Amino acid sequence: MFENLTGKLGNVLDALKKRGALKEEDVLLALRDIRTALLEADVALPVVKAFIDKVRAEAIGEKVLRSVTPGQQVVKIVHDALIETLGHENAELNLATQPPAVILMAGLQGSGKTTSAGKLGKFITNKLRKKVLLASLDVYRPAAQEQLEILGRQINVATLPIVAGEKPAAITQRALKAAKLEGYDVLILDSAGRLSIDDDLMNELIAVRDLAKPVETLLVADSLTGQDAVVTAENFHSRVGITGIILTRIDGDARGGAALSMRAVTQKPIKFLGVGEQMDALQPFDAARIAGRILDMGDIVSLVEKASENIKLEDAKKAAEKLAKGNFDLGDYLDQLRQMQKMGGLSGLMSMLPGVGKIKNAMAGANLDDGILKKHEAIILSMTNKERAKPDLLNASRRKRIAAGSGTTVQQVNQVLKQFQDMQTMMKRMNKLGGKGMMRSLQGMLGGNAMNEMEEMAKNMQAQGNGLGGGHGILGPNPFPEK
Amino acid sequence: MIGFWKKKEPEAKEQPQAQPAEEKKGFFKKLSEGLSKSSGKISTGISDIFTKKKLDAATLEQLEELLITADLGPATAAKLAQAVGKNRFDKEIAPEEIKQALADEIENILKPVEKPLDTNAAKPFVVLMVGVNGTGKTTTIGKLAHHLKADGKNVMLAAGDTFRAAAVEQLKVWGARNGCPVIAKETGADAASLAYEAIERAQAENADVLFIDTAGRLQNKSDLMAELEKINRVIKKKIPEAPHATILVLDATVGQNAHSQAELFKEIVNISGIIVTKLDGTAKGGVLVGLAERFALPVYAIGIGEGVDDLRPFTARDFALGLTGLEEEYARTD
Ligand SMILES: Nc1nc2c(ncn2[C@@H]2O[C@H](COP(=O)(O)OP(=O)(O)OP(=O)(O)O)[C@@H](O)[C@H]2O)c(=O)[nH]1
Ligand SMILES: [Mg+2]
Repeated sequence: MFENLTGKLGNVLDALKKRGALKEEDVLLALRDIRTALLEADVALPVVKAFIDKVRAEAIGEKVLRSVTPGQQVVKIVHDALIETLGHENAELNLATQPPAVILMAGLQGSGKTTSAGKLGKFITNKLRKKVLLASLDVYRPAAQEQLEILGRQINVATLPIVAGEKPAAITQRALKAAKLEGYDVLILDSAGRLSIDDDLMNELIAVRDLAKPVETLLVADSLTGQDAVVTAENFHSRVGITGIILTRIDGDARGGAALSMRAVTQKPIKFLGVGEQMDALQPFDAARIAGRILDMGDIVSLVEKASENIKLEDAKKAAEKLAKGNFDLGDYLDQLRQMQKMGGLSGLMSMLPGVGKIKNAMAGANLDDGILKKHEAIILSMTNKERAKPDLLNASRRKRIAAGSGTTVQQVNQVLKQFQDMQTMMKRMNKLGGKGMMRSLQGMLGGNAMNEMEEMAKNMQAQGNGLGGGHGILGPNPFPEK
Repeated sequence: MIGFWKKKEPEAKEQPQAQPAEEKKGFFKKLSEGLSKSSGKISTGISDIFTKKKLDAATLEQLEELLITADLGPATAAKLAQAVGKNRFDKEIAPEEIKQALADEIENILKPVEKPLDTNAAKPFVVLMVGVNGTGKTTTIGKLAHHLKADGKNVMLAAGDTFRAAAVEQLKVWGARNGCPVIAKETGADAASLAYEAIERAQAENADVLFIDTAGRLQNKSDLMAELEKINRVIKKKIPEAPHATILVLDATVGQNAHSQAELFKEIVNISGIIVTKLDGTAKGGVLVGLAERFALPVYAIGIGEGVDDLRPFTARDFALGLTGLEEEYARTD
């Protein structure tokens, strides 16, 4: 019912692409739907309006209406406008100052400041090779200072010793002194969460800013935020003056809205994305990537990067060779299942692929998700090596034994075997498309038919789930095929 | 369960409060301030739009947009604007009347979910707190415990967030503030077995209410949701009817993703009701209207600050008045 922006725009643009020649009314109609889609994705209303105006001005030109594939042209215009709004300037951390370079973290309660401070500390220490001191100014939330201290210990980054009862301004002064005396390059100040209309606390933050003179004041904001994103961003920016934004919980299933809103009202770059609870789950912002996600192109860059981190090349090569020889067996299928789990499970994998809205809906309806991966794993683990290599061996009595061994039913064992067959077919297809290796195969998925196959798979899995959920449309071709 | 909210204890004043200078205000005043900060725009907006004007399509669209900026979502906003326009279209109409009609529509939707939490149905009455990261689960437990203690209940807390750094310490502070025992293990311990042991302790020590905190989790993370399901399952092993309440804590700043949160948490654990926090800020929490229509989950309370006393009953009327900006005006004339 409530599709994410990707799903919604996917439908709208699919409809456009199916028509040869576009009329002006079509463009207007599409923009009407895009407006709704953006609002459902929590882009703030004033930002949506400005965005739609920009796109309309470009889309209802003769160039568009006379071009060969008008639908794709509109997709391109929407895509470019998204990137433009999101910002394409270099958004690197600015640490160019007399050390210690101070970074001040600010934002609403619960937006993820402390976790982000820890991640940033780790990033600057490991990637930028600088000496970092973390200090918590949060004297309000119980155990907030302890939280940062524990994180510091986990990531091997120094934290300012806690002095009970000390006020934020005094902590700031002590932190600055310690940073200077002990030769730290960077001091990260984690402030308490505060409402942008809380005058006392906003004044406290301004006082800290004036003391510490930060080179970076980063607004930490939750990507699940709704229309309030503009209000909060505007208020923090006008009162404290921010230099950039960290957008957290981008690993959730809310997409894009707050990013567009805050970027638009502050004109400050989104510098980082928080993509998980672990201390290394911080990524530099990439407008094209986010715009791609929003436009149902899938976050293919993330997918490929993640795949290259998690999948051992050796394993991938082996699997590819086996595939080429046509003897991909259940043992290999087990490996594939495990790789999928490493990449964030089915949902993680799917969310990075184009057409995600639809597949996800299909999966949600089926109550599928990663429980099934685990179940499949358990079933295959209950097979002997021989059986894994030769699924043909699996007669009724063996299936019964495997069901008992894995705590499942014979029906579920049958489902795995059917699934395996589907997978085999798909792997062969992908192999043909993408050449050798898992990486290429993943990219190959973008190419065309493989996506339909993925959807077929999702549907089959759905049927296996418990027959819930309604029908789902066929995925359209990817508007930006791999070159 | 009316007595639950009645007792107005003076604030226990030993912890630093986020608004140190601010004296405690009466419920209506503070709620009104919180909501009107957020609804100021709507209120002026409507006045601007409707003064001496015929109600036409453009006007209704502007009304719809005002609702959208309150996070009601495009679908609900369109529906409400339509409902308000019905029978009034093309007529000269006063801004007051439009606002009242809008508030009435919203109140009608919210009235059925105006249900306080009744903890008398069982002993120990087990409450499981769930939600995405940072919404206010732990703080809300602290506030609820405070109210129940004031009501003479024997309250126990369980530090089921064994994941986030210092989450256990955070709940312990709330336990100390309220004089409640806190059942806890070290960070990294199994949350489900902690919950199991907490129930044993609650039974052994005759607790009236047991609150089980959980780690914040995004609803699309299947492994974390599986863990939550396990906690729930293990609780049922001890008391089949428990948890007697499972509260989804929503942050008022949340947008339409609240739908996904309610839907997916509901699939995993049996959400019995919602508490919306941070309504003292600029966010309006308007997504609650759509949620009420779609899920009909009771809204037990709202959070309007970081202090132990900053919890209020949810009332459809006040919420609707707050969203439409009428509450401000009533507060002025009261
Ligand atoms: N202004 C305001 N702040 C609140 C309210 N409720 C909670 N907070 C603040 O929000 C922040 C997060 O609250 P927590 O109770 O730690 O949230 P949580 O859901 O337990 O967080 P995790 O356990 O990290 O997922 C804290 O700074 C609280 O003080 C409220 O009603 N109003
Ligand atoms: Mg907590």
